Amino acid sequence: MLSKINRKLLNMSDRSIAWLFTLPTIILLIFINIYPLIWSVYLSFTNFKANRRGMEIKWVGTKWYEKILMSEDVWANMQVTAHFLFWTIFIQAILGLSLAIFLNRKFKGHELMTTVVVLPMMLSPAVVGVFWSYIYQPQAGIFNYIINFFIDFGEFTMIGDFVLAPWSIVIVDTWIWTPFVMLMCLAGLKSIPDYLYEAAEVDRASKWQQFIHITLPSVMPFLMLAVLFRGIENFKMFDMVNELTGGGPGSVTELASIHLKRAAFEKWRTGYSSAFAVILFVTVFGAGSIYVKFLNKLKEK
Amino acid sequence: MSTNIDTSRSPLEATAFSKRIAAFIVIIYAAIAIIPMLLIVTTAFKSTTDAITYPPKILFKPSLEGVVNLSTQRTRQSKEYLKSLPPPRTWYEKIVRKRQMVIAGPSRFFQRFVNSLVIGFGSTFFSVFLGTLAAYAFSRFKIPLKDDLLFFILSTRMFPPIAAAVPIFLMYRKLGLNDTHLGMIVLYTVVNLSLSVWLLKGFIDEIPKEYEEAALVDGYSRLSAFFKIILPQAATGIAATAIFCLIFSWNEYAFAILLTFREAQTLPPFIPTIIGEGGLDWPAIATATSIFMLPVIVFTIILRKHLLRGITFGAVRK
Repeated sequence: MLSKINRKLLNMSDRSIAWLFTLPTIILLIFINIYPLIWSVYLSFTNFKANRRGMEIKWVGTKWYEKILMSEDVWANMQVTAHFLFWTIFIQAILGLSLAIFLNRKFKGHELMTTVVVLPMMLSPAVVGVFWSYIYQPQAGIFNYIINFFIDFGEFTMIGDFVLAPWSIVIVDTWIWTPFVMLMCLAGLKSIPDYLYEAAEVDRASKWQQFIHITLPSVMPFLMLAVLFRGIENFKMFDMVNELTGGGPGSVTELASIHLKRAAFEKWRTGYSSAFAVILFVTVFGAGSIYVKFLNKLKEK
Repeated sequence: MSTNIDTSRSPLEATAFSKRIAAFIVIIYAAIAIIPMLLIVTTAFKSTTDAITYPPKILFKPSLEGVVNLSTQRTRQSKEYLKSLPPPRTWYEKIVRKRQMVIAGPSRFFQRFVNSLVIGFGSTFFSVFLGTLAAYAFSRFKIPLKDDLLFFILSTRMFPPIAAAVPIFLMYRKLGLNDTHLGMIVLYTVVNLSLSVWLLKGFIDEIPKEYEEAALVDGYSRLSAFFKIILPQAATGIAATAIFCLIFSWNEYAFAILLTFREAQTLPPFIPTIIGEGGLDWPAIATATSIFMLPVIVFTIILRKHLLRGITFGAVRK
């Protein structure tokens, strides 16, 4: 009996195997991803509050969307997010590319160095974020100690300061994610075939010319892809900042995700936060698709 | 005759001088980047007072207070009461007594650690299992709307976790899955599925189709060819994918802090709540963080060849 079933299973047609193999994944994704998403969209048009059970759900139309798009607070959050996105990507691109170029000179021990440099990227950003608040401590923190060692500012605080706090999260993010940009650029550098440089040597092109005309154009697509990944990830940034500054002081480090968490799980404004979530998703998705199209055009060139 | 032209080196290879400069700059960066990690490990062996002195102590008397504080709950007692007690029997009781406290019981760290293990390995198993099947089907069969489906699977990752957490929280509340191991395993399985399908599809794509076709000609059925040819060939890829899924679940914070509170709480939301007297207990937190990051560091070293591939969902293959 059992062997009969076995034989039947083993002799399944390709088509039934394809269904059998993909369906569980698709069903799970529909239940845990699509269904909540649709529910979210529905809730964003209602006055629902998740902490009040059994309350009558009323349709409020596009009230929350209007409120969000008109709200000055939300625009302030968007500015904070933009500041964070721009500077992390800018610094990481420059640092990552330079590190990759240096590592690609293949000095003795460059593989070991790559592994060491990569480590911060793999650690839990939240847990590491907690520890950075110790590093930033105004009294006993090693960050302030090192800064004061070079230039004496006296006692100052990174996390508690309205001007410095946005930079404190940029520094930690740079520490975590520069290795990622570096690895991407390194992959780009390794993809350049040797004969291009050989031809350039024959043509007596200077090292600088080789860099501008061979190295940079070949690495660019990889760097752009890295920027895409970092952009999406940092637009969603939550864990590290939530532990390090929690959005404070005031709301100078309140990124979009932190604002969403405060609205959804502290103020329990479920309708409002659902609308905000939908807006965020559309933004990431839209920006991502435009960027990918741009990237493909660049590749065709 | 001038024969001292260096011919041992191709013109493409960097000169010894430029190599030295490169090494110097990279080492400086690495030295700065490694300070926070070294600080975590050293703070784990500091006493609570040494951890908050200024200037920060580079040299200090190693203490096991961190690990004791991490694994126990303590209460402060009056001097008279402490004197009335029999002398401390164990080394850890001694450390606690010195701070005028007595041990009240074990801490919750161990339970959270087990939660992290159960949820991490559970979700990894399911997402790699389902991911391998789906990746094989996507790699080898004609599936209607295949590209759209694959893009849909990937796009689930673009949704900010906090945004997804709102409806999942509501759904789980109805199903009674909030703060349960099962709920977290299901959730992490789904989040990791996009990664495992995309990564594994890349690995399986690399296995030549001829292997299977030869087996089919030899009278193997599709399924037995899958089990006997594809699975062994994809073993490295499956292992790498599993490690990536495990690291993700192990490190995940956003869902964990919103959906778990006690029973199923994992380490990332737990570690920041380790509080000593007058604020966070840094040696205990550092000990917890060290224990927490050790497996990740080991895995990173094992995976170093596949790192980029894992992080870009298989988009960049080195």
